[in-house]
Amino acid sequence: MNVVVCVKQIPDPAAPQSLDASHNLDRSGKLILDEADTYGVEMALQLVDKAGSGEVTVVSMGSASDVAGLRNALAMGAAKAVIVSDDSLRGSDSLGTAKVLAAVIGRDMPDLILCATESSDGYTGTTPVQLAELLGLPSVTFAKSVVVEGGSLKVDRQTEAGYDEVTSPLPALVTVTAGVVEPRYASFKGIMAAKNKPVEVLSVADLGLAGAVGQAGARQEITEVVAAESRQAGEKYVDEGDGAEKIVAFLESIKVL
Amino acid sequence: MSITSLWVVVEPSQDSFTTTSLELLSHARSLATNVSAITWGSGATFAAQAGEYGAMTLYDVGALDGSLPGVPVASAIAALVQSAGAPDAILVPTSYDGRDIAGRLSARLDRPVLTNVTGLSDEGGLVTEHPVFGGTQTVKARFTGEGPGIIVVRAKSFVSESAGASTAAVVAAPVGETANTASARIANSHVEERTGPKLEDAAVVVSGGRGLGEAEKYSMIEEAAKLLNGAPGASRAIVDAGWVPYSYQVGQTGKTVKPTVYIACGISGATQHMVGMKGSKNIVAINKDADAPIFQIADFGIVGDVHKVLPALIEVLKTRA
Repeated sequence: MNVVVCVKQIPDPAAPQSLDASHNLDRSGKLILDEADTYGVEMALQLVDKAGSGEVTVVSMGSASDVAGLRNALAMGAAKAVIVSDDSLRGSDSLGTAKVLAAVIGRDMPDLILCATESSDGYTGTTPVQLAELLGLPSVTFAKSVVVEGGSLKVDRQTEAGYDEVTSPLPALVTVTAGVVEPRYASFKGIMAAKNKPVEVLSVADLGLAGAVGQAGARQEITEVVAAESRQAGEKYVDEGDGAEKIVAFLESIKVL
Repeated sequence: MSITSLWVVVEPSQDSFTTTSLELLSHARSLATNVSAITWGSGATFAAQAGEYGAMTLYDVGALDGSLPGVPVASAIAALVQSAGAPDAILVPTSYDGRDIAGRLSARLDRPVLTNVTGLSDEGGLVTEHPVFGGTQTVKARFTGEGPGIIVVRAKSFVSESAGASTAAVVAAPVGETANTASARIANSHVEERTGPKLEDAAVVVSGGRGLGEAEKYSMIEEAAKLLNGAPGASRAIVDAGWVPYSYQVGQTGKTVKPTVYIACGISGATQHMVGMKGSKNIVAINKDADAPIFQIADFGIVGDVHKVLPALIEVLKTRA
């Protein structure tokens, strides 16, 4: 069973974030593997392991000047990585990103495609389903458990009320919620092995998508960025054993108690 | 170019449309004279409600026979764009199924989608607002090119208000070609029992984060929430760690809440979390780190150990219960 995991290298969410002059997220600093993607990588490794054959490929789009995040996925156990990197892709929207990923994945259709429910930098959350539609595949989003049995898929999908048991034939695309599995830490052996695993770098021209994607294909634009109405910090006390009473007094003052 | 026609995807729940669907309908009718709604499943039985909140026509995709809504509903809307003509935009509520519908539709129509929208206005064309960096900045955006844009709106962005209008005319909107894409099916639905008010509707929300230290300590959050007749919530960190289900999550990825008071316990205030709760009327924070970002937006902060302050608070509340 072959599984493709779509991953994204993002600026460290713990570091201060900003927009550049063209209103794109500043990605000039160090990039890391989005933590949300580590769950998909782990899930893919477990499914391939259980199937007894096949491999995990990670597919990404973005700057290839720093591929430490992809190496991280390879160190966890993925066999190879493909990244589409092209200056013309700056300013891509989610549909443009899906077109690029579809062109890469469509070259050799895997049995299963795994994605995070959304990235931790853009939070758009639509790229996976757009990708499934472009590839003509069924999709199940918000999976909290994924089982492959007899060539078909069983997924527990998060709902407002609880969860649904969903079945689907393969190939299919699934988005996994964080916490669906416990991502492994790369072992020293894994990190060493990752250095020699293939990382294929493709351009937009390689995929025959010139002009269709990137800022030109986005068909949406940011008109302005303004400071949001800000909340002011209120009173702050150091607890000296009276913190609870102080909170109660505050709740009384706003008539909650 | 002024806005004449908007379509709103209205999601059926137990005995009405979801609150977010009604918020979208209410706002749509303030922007356009011609508002239509699109629903499926039991939705057509709520035609009176669709009309009351501003839809003149309710397009009904009908029974989905166990299919997840994303593919069939998007396919029906795409067919409708062909047969009835494109609206200026299609509004979709942020929900599990809403995002599926929006994504599928975007690829089908080859039109862009804007998500996490919290504001929508007519400035000679539709302009969307998106909170970024924890809601400290707002990005304004618009669609370019021909054809309808798809706009996915977060809960509680608009006020749901009845227009007192009469029932919407129900028009069938059959599913178009779906090939193999509609083959994911719901075999069984499970409802997780919950007591007390719903997280998104509660007047009081008590939320816990990593500062609780371990999963077992979350019971303190539940107890305090119960004593305040509120709902328990959680930061992404402890949901990811598997302490509580995803449905408890408040933030960018989870629910948007705007209670009378939000009590953040052991939550540092990552941007991801703040965007889901900074609209609360009052914010109380308990955190041992005096420099935690949560204190920058808290109306009332206690710098202290959540393991001491919270049990003490529970004791006081018990004596008053």
